[in-house]
Amino acid sequence: MAEFTLPANSIVKTNGQVFTAPEGATNVRTFKIYRYDPDSGENPRVDSYDIDLDDCGPMVLDAMLKIKNEIDSTLAFRRSCREGICGSCAMNIDGGNGLACTTSIADIEGDVVIYPLPHQPIIKDLVSDLTNFYAQYASIEPWLKSDTPAPPDRERLQSPEDREKLDGAYECIMCACCSTSCPSYWWNPERYLGPAALLASYRWLVDSRDDATGERLDELEDPYKLYRCHTIMNCAQVCPKGLNPAKAIAETKRMMVQRRL
Amino acid sequence: MKRTRTPLSQVKGLGSAKEGTGHFWVQRLTALALVPLVIWLCFAIAALPGMDYVSVREWLSQPTTAILMILLISVGFFHARLGLQEVAIDYISDHAVRTITFIAITFGAAILAVTGIFSVLRIALAG
Repeated sequence: MAEFTLPANSIVKTNGQVFTAPEGATNVRTFKIYRYDPDSGENPRVDSYDIDLDDCGPMVLDAMLKIKNEIDSTLAFRRSCREGICGSCAMNIDGGNGLACTTSIADIEGDVVIYPLPHQPIIKDLVSDLTNFYAQYASIEPWLKSDTPAPPDRERLQSPEDREKLDGAYECIMCACCSTSCPSYWWNPERYLGPAALLASYRWLVDSRDDATGERLDELEDPYKLYRCHTIMNCAQVCPKGLNPAKAIAETKRMMVQRRL
Repeated sequence: MKRTRTPLSQVKGLGSAKEGTGHFWVQRLTALALVPLVIWLCFAIAALPGMDYVSVREWLSQPTTAILMILLISVGFFHARLGLQEVAIDYISDHAVRTITFIAITFGAAILAVTGIFSVLRIALAG
């Protein structure tokens, strides 16, 4: 059966370490952060950090960097651009997937609860193993495929109307917020491609310069790869770039039906 | 045992089944057919003079009723079989258990559909 309960060694113990705010702090928020070190042999725990928001930047990532730099250097997480374009700091914040760098602390009520992206193997703390996710992206062959030689003296032309079809599909930053929020992806992570890979696939399906549309659809023609999407819409709900992978998947299904009717 | 297949090889697995759209399309087609059939059934039962054995039997023996009932039963169980198969694919990860479940769903739906159609025919043709 699909795993509805956590394995014994993954059950979270709440009695983690508590780091209190410095004396005199008046604007304090508590960050409850998932901690797990597979090498320790211990179960995951939730550590609690009291942060003085008057001495901290406005975003969740600012608070996490403050923790890492000033309070507890053992906390592991990924981050790079701190402006929502690299997708590294994707994590589960306040119950929903998002980027720590573009999520404002002020938008969260009460304690800020931070977990890793759901239903992925954990390397340490908030760093999840996205090997399968990246392999799925590679499997849709995300590059231009054309048997038509490019003009020798210029680029391949595309009309403004055809270019517009890529809007909403090309902006994906592969942060994995969508796929790891999808229940269908949780139950069949190895066979369902997930919203991120399918959105990327759609980006090439509608590209006027690509002439492998049929072959691409052939590869997706599968009960698992494509048809596990049941329009749950969590993907569109959590996408930090405001994209709608569910719509791209629906359009892909429409193409599938169109070519056989 | 350490897995030595590359991540890409694992994701590609046995390749595309080249099937799925047929299932998707027929599931929606049967859903579309069930909309008028179920509405008809609700109105027809509400319009019955009584719910006793004689009036229901009399109603079911009319040709229009029997034809629509047979359509409802066959389309309904076909739709149920397709839908239950989706549920099994979603939630049963063990390959052997899933295959046995597919067989059970298909056989169960076929037995129930044939039983229903036979019952309607028996009443309708008995006169």
